[in-house]
Amino acid sequence: MSTTPDSTTDKNPPVDGSQLIRFDNVTKRFGDNVVLDDLCFDVSSGKHVTLIGPSGSGKTTILRLLMTLVEPDSGTVKVSGDYLFHEERNGKLEPAGESHIREVRKNIGMVFQQFNLFPNMKVIRNITEAPVHVLGLSKEEAESRARELLELVGLTEHIDKYPSQLSGGQQQRVAIARALAMRPQILLLDEVTSALDPELVAGVLDLLRDIARTTDITMLCVTHEMNFARDISDDVLMFDAGKIIESGPPEKIFSEPEHERTQQFLNAIL
Amino acid sequence: MMSWEFFREWFLPGIWVTIQVLLYSTVLAAIVAFTVGTLRTSRFWIVRFLAGTYFEIFRGMSALIFMFWMAFAVPLMLGWQFVPLWSGTLALGMTYGAYGSEIVRGALAAVPAAQREAGIALSFTRMQRLRRIEIPQAWPEMIPPFNNLLIELMKGTALVSVIAVADMTFAGNLLRLATNESAPIYTLLLVLYFLLAFILTRLMRMLERRAKAGVGRAPEKKNGILTRKLSGRGESAQASAQTAGGVG
Ligand SMILES: Nc1ncnc2c1ncn2[C@@H]1O[C@H](COP(=O)(O)OP(=O)(O)OP(=O)(O)O)[C@@H](O)[C@H]1O
Ligand SMILES: [Mg+2]
Repeated sequence: MSTTPDSTTDKNPPVDGSQLIRFDNVTKRFGDNVVLDDLCFDVSSGKHVTLIGPSGSGKTTILRLLMTLVEPDSGTVKVSGDYLFHEERNGKLEPAGESHIREVRKNIGMVFQQFNLFPNMKVIRNITEAPVHVLGLSKEEAESRARELLELVGLTEHIDKYPSQLSGGQQQRVAIARALAMRPQILLLDEVTSALDPELVAGVLDLLRDIARTTDITMLCVTHEMNFARDISDDVLMFDAGKIIESGPPEKIFSEPEHERTQQFLNAIL
Repeated sequence: MMSWEFFREWFLPGIWVTIQVLLYSTVLAAIVAFTVGTLRTSRFWIVRFLAGTYFEIFRGMSALIFMFWMAFAVPLMLGWQFVPLWSGTLALGMTYGAYGSEIVRGALAAVPAAQREAGIALSFTRMQRLRRIEIPQAWPEMIPPFNNLLIELMKGTALVSVIAVADMTFAGNLLRLATNESAPIYTLLLVLYFLLAFILTRLMRMLERRAKAGVGRAPEKKNGILTRKLSGRGESAQASAQTAGGVG
């Protein structure tokens, strides 16, 4: 994926423990509303990071930015050593073209709060469509991969149904399988259980725990399920007004937060 | 009275010409509608602007005058002329295609943004998203307004008779000049156009049912008065039968 051989930055795939995601001075505004405020942070390969914070603090915007659904106003984002929104030409950073963005984006998968399955495709095609048409897998390959994933998420018998014939919990599992079918290095999860009926939440969270434990996918996770966050997270980032005001391992953030805002926030939701 | 001879010599071929004009101009209108309609959702303003201009121009233009222009003005300007059938077909296709583009644009705009985002998250290209996600989902919404438009177009094919295309209206007019029997001739024409419209509507209904099944919606029951009465207000309970279960 490297573009310019003479560039000074490290273009090699990161070895374990190196920075997989890196935000440098990222600012995003919607009108006058500064949603991300000169944000810097990085995530190492294989880590599970949970983003917490009050409503409107910018958590979703971070994930949408990584998924290139919104663009930053300034600053840079690097994924796996490549700039996400920029290309280097003769040592100069320029806005990236569509194909460069798509190439870098292939490392990233996302699961949405509202599932967003394709209603015009059966479960199996929801999962195989992108591997076939984006990654160029053969139909057989993609289908056998999809069957494995459906087994993992426990939906083998629903393979030939349309999304509208599934419950919310089942749809969300299909959405997880669909994202995993692209073999992403990074998985973004934005409140993936908050649209579910309460009795369906535990099943989906268990599945995600499973995936966190058995794969080396890097996860960025926005959730209000604090027990889940405590279980899977290596790091917790506390957001407020577009800034990270506190970060650290879950034991520390949840048990003895330093910042007053963090304390207030945790008291409010626990 | 209308002789069998005349019917066979003029009317039958006229019906066939009407169907041909309808077929060709429908195909052309569909191509124009999808092309202009999707271009009007482009992220480049210049493309949207040009496609929007096409729509505005052809919406504001009389298909009849445009047909005259193609048949009589173009030959003067270019020194060659279209076969009348093609003047008529082009004029109809381009005009009704403009209306159709509005249907396509509207239906595409009604596809939830979340679907586009899910497509981006899976790294589909813009064309792939259109072709595999957005158009298939918008398609069932397009069919009922397309049906209306198709009927309008079908009736509009009668316009080609004024540029000497021998469609069934042309045959009727010819016959009236010859026999002066206006009443039976025009009654027959009315019935013929109505029958065509009826057939087209049936075809479009079938298409609609198939399209809805193809986006995972329960195909609609036949909405005859009788079936509606018999089944009460029962719309499909099928979807709700499939909830919960299998989690945990
Ligand atoms: N497309 C948009 N246009 C305008 N404002 C937006 C848009 N998207 C987000 N915002 C604003 O950006 C701010 C941050 O939104 P974001 O969705 O990132 O918050 P969040 O931390 O995910 O909140 P929540 O916990 O409620 O999901 C909010 O004030 C929101 O109103
Ligand atoms: Mg959010």
